[in-house]
Amino acid sequence: MVREIHHNSQEPNHKSKRVIQWAPIMTAGCLLAASPVFGNSEDPSQMPNMFKPQSSPAHSIFHLSLFVLAICAVIFVIVFSLLTYSVIKFRRRADDDGREPPPVYGSNQIELAWTVIPVLIVLVLFLATARVIHAIQQARKPPEAIEVIAIGHQFWWEFRYPALGVVTANELHVPSSDRSHPTPTFITLLSADTDHSFWVPRLAGKTDLIPNRVNQMWIDPNETGIFVGQCAQYCGTQHAKMLLRVYVDSPDQFQKWVQEQSKPAQVSESAKEGRRIFETTACINCHAVSGTVADGRFGPDLTHLMSRDTIASGAASNSSENLRLWIHDPDAIKPGSLMPAMNLNQRDLDAVTAYLETLR
Amino acid sequence: MASETIALTAAHDVPQPIGTVLHDWVVTVDHKKLGILYILYALVFLVIGGIEATIMRMQLIVPHNHFVSPQVFNRMFTMHGTTMIFFVTMPILFGFGNYLIPLMIGARDMAFPRLNAWSFWLTAFGGLLLYFSFIGGNGLYGAGNAPDVGWFAYAPLTATAFSPGHSTDFWTLGLLVSGFGSIGTAVNILATIVCLRCPGMTLSKMPLLAWLNLVMAAMVLLAISPLTAAQMMLSLDRFLGAHFFDTLAGGSAVLWMHFFWIFGHPEVYVLVIPAFAFASEIIPVFSRKPIFGYPVMVAATVCIGFVGFSVWAHHMFTVGMNSYANSFFTITTMVIGVPTGIKIFNWIATMWGGKIILKTPMLFCIAFLFQFLIAGLTGIMLSAAPFDWQLGNSYFVVAHFHYVIVGGILFTLFGAFYYWFPKMSGRMYNETLGKWHFWLFFIGFHLTFDFMHVPGLLGMPRRIYTYEPGRGWDVWNLICTIGVFFQIAGTLVFIGNLLWSYFNGKAAGNDPWDAWTLEWSTSSPPVEYNFAKIPVVKSRRPLWDIKHPEDPDWKYE
Repeated sequence: MVREIHHNSQEPNHKSKRVIQWAPIMTAGCLLAASPVFGNSEDPSQMPNMFKPQSSPAHSIFHLSLFVLAICAVIFVIVFSLLTYSVIKFRRRADDDGREPPPVYGSNQIELAWTVIPVLIVLVLFLATARVIHAIQQARKPPEAIEVIAIGHQFWWEFRYPALGVVTANELHVPSSDRSHPTPTFITLLSADTDHSFWVPRLAGKTDLIPNRVNQMWIDPNETGIFVGQCAQYCGTQHAKMLLRVYVDSPDQFQKWVQEQSKPAQVSESAKEGRRIFETTACINCHAVSGTVADGRFGPDLTHLMSRDTIASGAASNSSENLRLWIHDPDAIKPGSLMPAMNLNQRDLDAVTAYLETLR
Repeated sequence: MASETIALTAAHDVPQPIGTVLHDWVVTVDHKKLGILYILYALVFLVIGGIEATIMRMQLIVPHNHFVSPQVFNRMFTMHGTTMIFFVTMPILFGFGNYLIPLMIGARDMAFPRLNAWSFWLTAFGGLLLYFSFIGGNGLYGAGNAPDVGWFAYAPLTATAFSPGHSTDFWTLGLLVSGFGSIGTAVNILATIVCLRCPGMTLSKMPLLAWLNLVMAAMVLLAISPLTAAQMMLSLDRFLGAHFFDTLAGGSAVLWMHFFWIFGHPEVYVLVIPAFAFASEIIPVFSRKPIFGYPVMVAATVCIGFVGFSVWAHHMFTVGMNSYANSFFTITTMVIGVPTGIKIFNWIATMWGGKIILKTPMLFCIAFLFQFLIAGLTGIMLSAAPFDWQLGNSYFVVAHFHYVIVGGILFTLFGAFYYWFPKMSGRMYNETLGKWHFWLFFIGFHLTFDFMHVPGLLGMPRRIYTYEPGRGWDVWNLICTIGVFFQIAGTLVFIGNLLWSYFNGKAAGNDPWDAWTLEWSTSSPPVEYNFAKIPVVKSRRPLWDIKHPEDPDWKYE
């Protein structure tokens, strides 16, 4: 049996292309300023780098972070220099005369100075921060906004578009938003089981999905592309492979995608046997295929499975081999995932795989 | 006067049968022996926690690694965090506190010696109970279980639906039991410092170590209580079907977060204030100057103690609090940087104009100052709620708090080991090995934790057992893991140094550092009951007054 997970050849091979463009700027100023964070990369979509924002919330956080980093860098340089200077200047020399240095017990003026100055710095930092907090959290929802409900599951994402009648999983599609005609996406965050966190660094900061609680966040990406992220709150065994992809489509593409997704499942004669097996085994307890008897809610909706690039919440690319392996033995791809191995024989396995591949 | 305190000499030259010696250690109520028990116990757990960390770093050395399974990895980070906080750092700090406080305030023992022994054994058995989960968590036939809910054990992962078996119960009960031990020790430290100071030692003449431990003990009392309450509520949920945190039955996950972090953040100060205490004793002695701004140092500590209780929800910026709550916890968290900054400035001012002796304890304290500066600044970054929405729960946070706990607390602890080892053992450690330890650990620490900030900035969340290639995280993880081996080497040199010096070190004498506090006035190691005659002090540096009668401190303070 093939236990390797085959990654889709469409995904660019970053290793060969990636130019490691970092100069180790671990100088006094900022040990964080290594340039992969700020520099260019040939495949930005695969790098969930918060310093390359593509959406308003991420932008305002980025600007705030530069301000905070600058202040911290100044403080660092001053205190670092003072410390280094005092250690070098006042170290005991080899020719020391053995006399004790003059004792100094303190100085109220100096203490006052290094109390008041930090207080002023804190005040400035706080005001800058509070502005960004309010700008992001108090943003108004325009009537054109797309509404999505994101539901965290162990260990995958369910996305529902209540106004558009679309249900999908793991790959969130949103339209790009024009500054003159903004169409932001407002995401309502819910959880079906444990805590999760929605984090796509280039689009926005993270917000948790917590059972019995309704959280909100919004994004308005201004360029099309794929943005990756993943669950950022430990949610159980396979927290690591609860990956997340956001597809930012042009408004036309998005409309087309919505139309495709709103259709019921295609019925294909060629995969009748696979469909029969699918509908008579435990598959339908968890999975839904609209227009058929399969209406489970515990697992991802499979109506348009083949429109997605990945399976198992991004753990593997959506290829025939991976799909077959996933049905045969989910633990081979994602040990600890909640999908049970179905123990189908080879023939049934092929048939079910063939059926799933008709769900376009 | 105080010179009469240097009286009793060690009288334990008669070798005793091993059984008697062991019996002595088990039934002892002597604060020094209990202190050493705490420290040795914590060192054993330090090694265990270190092994767990090494397993995690090995798993993360390359993407899609198969060194351990996700189940094992999740247990490792849960046990590593729980062990290092509750069964390494707290007991080791209590151990030093136990050992040093009575000696430094001129007392013959802690206020409640039996409570002291009781507290130690509770903590010890709490740790054993936690580790028993490896065999007991799933019943013996399912051996190999341990809690896997993370060290802050967010609900509802701890509910029976998501955590069947008993591994979470071992975690809960282990912390509950050791929590009672911590409360006992905190009561003891408070009572000792308040009631047993020697004549002349007013509050304003206490060594800073005593002051800082006083604040720490008060914080322990206030912080452990909500943790204990939460553990009891969780046990009620799990055993009796209560629904405090059971979200499937309408319980609240956020309630657990509040309970945990109103313990969890003050806990950080509980751990770091004793570390400040070591720095406040070592830096003056090795700079040959009294501490700069003693009253301000005390005020800053008390201020940290108070403000420390109003910052907990900065661990919860991402749970969807409203913008006013987020702003409130941003400002309180930023404000706590002010007293902490004041402390750093005062330590620098203490060194300023002194004659700094670069021996191992001082090297560790100087490194602490640099590292704590960086930890504080990354803390300021994390305190800005929107920045935290990006950085929270990423490897940036992991790097930040390891900078506090390793770069801050562990470094000063190593300094404290070398500084007080001659007093505890009567023998001098090996300075060359000490320097080797320092440099190996220093290099390892910076390799691991400096570079760990970067994958966080590049979007790598914590607590993932593996990661995708091509996200720009690979090289940083590799460097982090390489650093671990330097840290292991440093730690081995440290343990070797302790063992070698204990048997072969040169006799240290009563006062090898020409220091100024009372513990150096008695023999090394101090005899039972510490002082032949209770000392009388007139200033913060009683031994300075004895050594320099022509220019005593009490004339100026």
